[in-house]
Amino acid sequence: MMSDTLKPSLAPPAARRDHGLSLGALARRPETGSFLGMLIVFAFFAVFGGSSFLGLGGAASWLNVAAEIGIVALPVGLLMIAGELDLSVGSVIPAASMTVAVLSGYFDLPLVVGIAAALALGLLVGFVNGLLVLRTGVPSFIITLGSLFAVAGLTLGISVLVTGSTGVALQTGPLGKALLGSFIGGMFQVTILWWIAALLAVGYILHVSPIGNWIFALGGDKVSARNEGIPIDRLTVQLFMGSGFCSAFVGISQAILYNSAQVSTGQSFIFNSIISVVIGGVLLTGGFGSVVGIAFGTITFAIVSQGIFYTGFDANWASLIIGVLLLLAVLMNNTFRRLALSATTSKGKAK
Amino acid sequence: MTTPILRLTNVSKSFGPVDVLHDISLQVNAGEVLCLLGDNGAGKSTLIKTLSGVHAPTSGTMEMDGQPVAFANPREASDRGIATVHQFGGTFPLMSIGRCFFVGREPVKRWGPLKAYDRRTANEVAVKAIQGFGITRITDGDRLVGGLSGGERQSLAIARAVHFGARVLILDEPTAALGVKQASHVLRIVLEARRRGLAVIFITHQVTHAMAVGDRFAVLIRGSLAASFAKGERTREEITDLMAGGEAMAELEAEIAAHEAGSPQAA
Repeated sequence: MMSDTLKPSLAPPAARRDHGLSLGALARRPETGSFLGMLIVFAFFAVFGGSSFLGLGGAASWLNVAAEIGIVALPVGLLMIAGELDLSVGSVIPAASMTVAVLSGYFDLPLVVGIAAALALGLLVGFVNGLLVLRTGVPSFIITLGSLFAVAGLTLGISVLVTGSTGVALQTGPLGKALLGSFIGGMFQVTILWWIAALLAVGYILHVSPIGNWIFALGGDKVSARNEGIPIDRLTVQLFMGSGFCSAFVGISQAILYNSAQVSTGQSFIFNSIISVVIGGVLLTGGFGSVVGIAFGTITFAIVSQGIFYTGFDANWASLIIGVLLLLAVLMNNTFRRLALSATTSKGKAK
Repeated sequence: MTTPILRLTNVSKSFGPVDVLHDISLQVNAGEVLCLLGDNGAGKSTLIKTLSGVHAPTSGTMEMDGQPVAFANPREASDRGIATVHQFGGTFPLMSIGRCFFVGREPVKRWGPLKAYDRRTANEVAVKAIQGFGITRITDGDRLVGGLSGGERQSLAIARAVHFGARVLILDEPTAALGVKQASHVLRIVLEARRRGLAVIFITHQVTHAMAVGDRFAVLIRGSLAASFAKGERTREEITDLMAGGEAMAELEAEIAAHEAGSPQAA
C-alpha cells in the first residue's frame, strides 16, 4: 500500500533492480539495444581511428558534441515517450543565442538578464507549443513545424530590425564564461557537466518520481491515462516547456562559448536530437524508452559524427553511416521490444 | 429487502434530437451480477457511459445506496466506487505490470522533498492482487503488460479496480475478443468479484457467457429495456430471441424449418 515511510535500510534509487539478470529482464530494458550499438560503433572507430580517437582529444571531440545534443535530446526524448514531437528546438536555440547576445552584448545589460530572458523565451515557446497541441488537436509534428518557422522568422526579423545584422558579438565576464562557455583542461566543454546534471534530473523525473509513470502512461494510451486521473494537459504543456527551456540553455551556452550569436545555427539539432533519441531505444509512437538509452544513443551519434575525422575515410561518408545506423538501431530496438513482450515469467524464480 | 448499490429510475439520454436511451430502470445489488444484453447499436455503450460518468442522463435519476448521485466526470464516478473495465483499455502494453496497476496512484517513498516511485511495493501488491483472482501464472511485476494474454489483461484491470475500492464493476464486453479458454478465465474472475461482494454489471451479447454468471438479466433493444428477469426465468432460446428483437429469429427459424421440411422432397 501507499507507504510514505522512509526506510533507511533501503538502497538508494539507483538500485532499482533487486533480482538477478535474466534474458527477459534484460530485453525489457529499452537501452539494451542502444548499449550494444554504442559498443559496436566505439569498437569500429577504435579500430579505424587508432590512438588519436582513443586519446583524450578524441574523447573530448565526441563528448563535446554529445553534451550539446544531449541536453536537447533529453527533453525531446521525454516528449517522444509521451507521444509528442518537438521540431521547434531548431529555432529556439538560435533565438535564445540572439536574445542573450542582443540584450547582454548589443545593449550591454548584465549577463544574468540576458540569460533569464533567453530561458523565459524558451519556456514561452514551449508553453505556446503545448497549448496549441492541446487546444487544436493537430499533431505536434505540424504544430512545432509551424513554430519552428515562426520563431526563426521572428528571430531574423527582430535581429535585423534591432541590430541591423544577423550576427551579434557577446563578451561575457569570467564567471559567465567559466560556468557556460569554458573548456576544462583546454578540451572538454563545461557543457558536459551540465549534460550530466540534466541526465540526473531527467533520469529522476522519468524513472524515479511518480511523474515518470504518468509520462509512460500518457504515451502508451492517452485516453486511459486521462481516465486514471493523470493531469495529462498540464503534463503535456510542462514537457513542451522543458524542451523549450533546455534548447534555450544550449543556445545561451553556444553564444557564450563562441562569443557571438548567429540567427541560423540550430537547424541540425532538430534531426540530431530525434536520431539520438530513436537510436537510444525510444519508441517513436510513445510509451517506451529510458534516459540511459537516450544517453547511449546520443553518444553513439556523437561518436559517428566525430569519429569519422579520426579515420582515413572521407568525412562525407559520416551521414551515410548515421543513416544506416539509424535504421539498424530501430530494427534492433524492435527486436528487443518483441523479445520483451514475449518474455514470459522467468521460471527460475517462480514460487 | 436490501438497498441496491446502484439504481437507475426512468433514465433517458438523448443527443440533440436523437433518443438513445428511453426510460431505463434497473438496479444492481452487492454480490450480484447483472447481465446487460443487447445487440450492436442497442444503446449498451451509451448506458455504460451514463453509469460511469461520461454522460449525464437527460432525465431520470441515478441513486447509489439510496442517495441520488450525479457525476460530472468519470473520475467522480470512480471516486464513488464505480469502475469501468473496457475490452482492452486501461492497460498499457509497454508498461510493467506493477507500473500499470498503480498508474495515477503510484506508491511513493520519500527522501526529503523528493518522491520516488516504490517499484518493489507496487510489484508485490500488483502480483498479489492478480494472483488473488486466480491468475497464478503471473509472478513477476516487472513483466510488460503487452506480453499477457487478453484474459490476463482483463484480470489485471479487474484486480486493480477491486484493489482501489470499486463497489460496482462495469465490464464492457470483457469476453468478446477472447477464445473459449480465456473467456472462462474471465468468467471465473467475474464470479470471484461477486463472491467478494461487488456489484457487477456485465455487458455482453454472448448469451452463453451471460447465463454462466448472471443473477439478473436485462435486455436492451433500441434504447429501451425490452425485458428484465432473474436467473432461471428464461431459456437461452428465449433470451436470444429477445435480443434479436423476437421476430427476426422466429422468422429465420421458420424459414429453416420450411427449408428442412421441403428439401427431402426436392431431392
